[in-house]
Amino acid sequence: MIARPGITHDNRFFWEGLRERKLRIQRCSACHQLQHPPAPMCTGCHSFELGAIEASGRGTIHSFVVAEHPRIPPFEYPNVIVLVELEEGTRLVSRLRGVAPDDVAIGQPVMVDFERVDDELTLHCFRPARS
Amino acid sequence: MARASFAGRAAIAGIGQTEFSKDSGRSELRLACEAVMAALADAGLTPEDVDGFATFTMDDNPEIEVARAIGAGPLRFFSRVHYGGGAACAAVMQAALAVASGAAEVVVCYRAMNERSVQRFGTGTIPRPGAATTESAHFGWYAPFGLLTPAAWVAMQAQRYLHDFGATTEAFGHVSVACRRHAATNPAAWFHGRPITLAEHQASRWIVRPLRLLDCCQESDGAVAVVVTALERARDLRRPPVVIRAAAQGASRDQHMMTSYYRDSIGELPEMAFVARQLYEQAGVRPHEFQTAVIYDHFTPFVLAQLEAFGFCGRGEAKDFVPGGRIELGGALPVNTHGGQLGEAYIHGMNGIAEAVRQVRGEAVNQVSRVQHVLVTAGTGVPTSALVLGRD
Repeated sequence: MIARPGITHDNRFFWEGLRERKLRIQRCSACHQLQHPPAPMCTGCHSFELGAIEASGRGTIHSFVVAEHPRIPPFEYPNVIVLVELEEGTRLVSRLRGVAPDDVAIGQPVMVDFERVDDELTLHCFRPARS
Repeated sequence: MARASFAGRAAIAGIGQTEFSKDSGRSELRLACEAVMAALADAGLTPEDVDGFATFTMDDNPEIEVARAIGAGPLRFFSRVHYGGGAACAAVMQAALAVASGAAEVVVCYRAMNERSVQRFGTGTIPRPGAATTESAHFGWYAPFGLLTPAAWVAMQAQRYLHDFGATTEAFGHVSVACRRHAATNPAAWFHGRPITLAEHQASRWIVRPLRLLDCCQESDGAVAVVVTALERARDLRRPPVVIRAAAQGASRDQHMMTSYYRDSIGELPEMAFVARQLYEQAGVRPHEFQTAVIYDHFTPFVLAQLEAFGFCGRGEAKDFVPGGRIELGGALPVNTHGGQLGEAYIHGMNGIAEAVRQVRGEAVNQVSRVQHVLVTAGTGVPTSALVLGRD
């Protein structure tokens, strides 16, 4: 079974967004700084007034790994895990679908997709995008 | 930066350890007691002399259980440091602060674990999944996607390191070859008598690309303890004091636990560079004044990043520093002369501190000549720590 994320008051908007097939980025309501992972306050201006925007879903691969061992259910192996830099500027870790492990490269353009796990949890993943 | 008032005023007076294995056949608490008793005997002290302990939050042997078993106490100082192996040198720093300030007189630092036979770190389990806690929220950014193991967390930064600096995985291999060469001549090492070649490194199976099996430290059962007391008192004890010339911790801007993926550059370790600046200031030494170094080696890529953080070479230049035997015995900077955690055992960095003490004393099995100062570092990718140990 997939290890569940710990959902707190600071990150609930993100996980609820995924259930609506929306990838959200926390944004400071005062200075409009974007930040991920979310925090309880703006790391730039110290405001506690926070909101979120919906990301375009476009980004590039900033780094990646190919997990081979140990093989932990329910993941399929090899598992390509990517650090995506979104075009809005924040980064997040996700899975890459639709690319053979040997064909993954830093800098490749990718587009978000969503994978429903169950009623409670939907995850984001990324697929190759045309540049 | 102000010179730290405790630097040079505390010393390691004794070291002790169990054998290192894959199945100790006894409790972690017993391992802790064996190592602590061995360290006290080495120092020429008794349990009645102990009034403090320092260890890791990840250690599962409460100070009071160790104290009860060995007959120590009363205790007036007990302190623990968080962030996995990043705590190794920090526990010794806690002890140094305590004895230099007078808060305690004899502080024993220990780490004891049946990490291979009971609770393996490499199997991909995380604490309290789904709990509404800050740490579970942290793991939630990684675990649901399968980024579950320490190897995987490090591999993400290692991949970018290769890209940024035009290195190949052979640079990782040179670290592994050096550690295994040193382990091969260390009877205490799990890989005693079993050196490897660069070709064998390159042929070993993938764990998490770009990390292979031979880039990963062992999983081990065992324990190590060190006794810390004031330098003046240590001079009256059984062994020559090993002076704690400098000790520092470091967490840098936008620090995460094993996943500092959000800084402009993720192919470096700014928290360790921050530790390095503090150590150099405290000890008044420069990189060329270390005759040998114990560089935390849970995974080979971060050995490269640490060589850069400490200024042994420039940023991105470790790939050119590690070949040619430079980090092996006889080279300019022999690294991990005990075999490291790749070759000797994975005791969360505490076995490296013991090796640094042996090098300063001149009693290591792979002894480097004319040792004046030894650098020893703690876990990387996490908030970390390091020490400069030297002769009295």
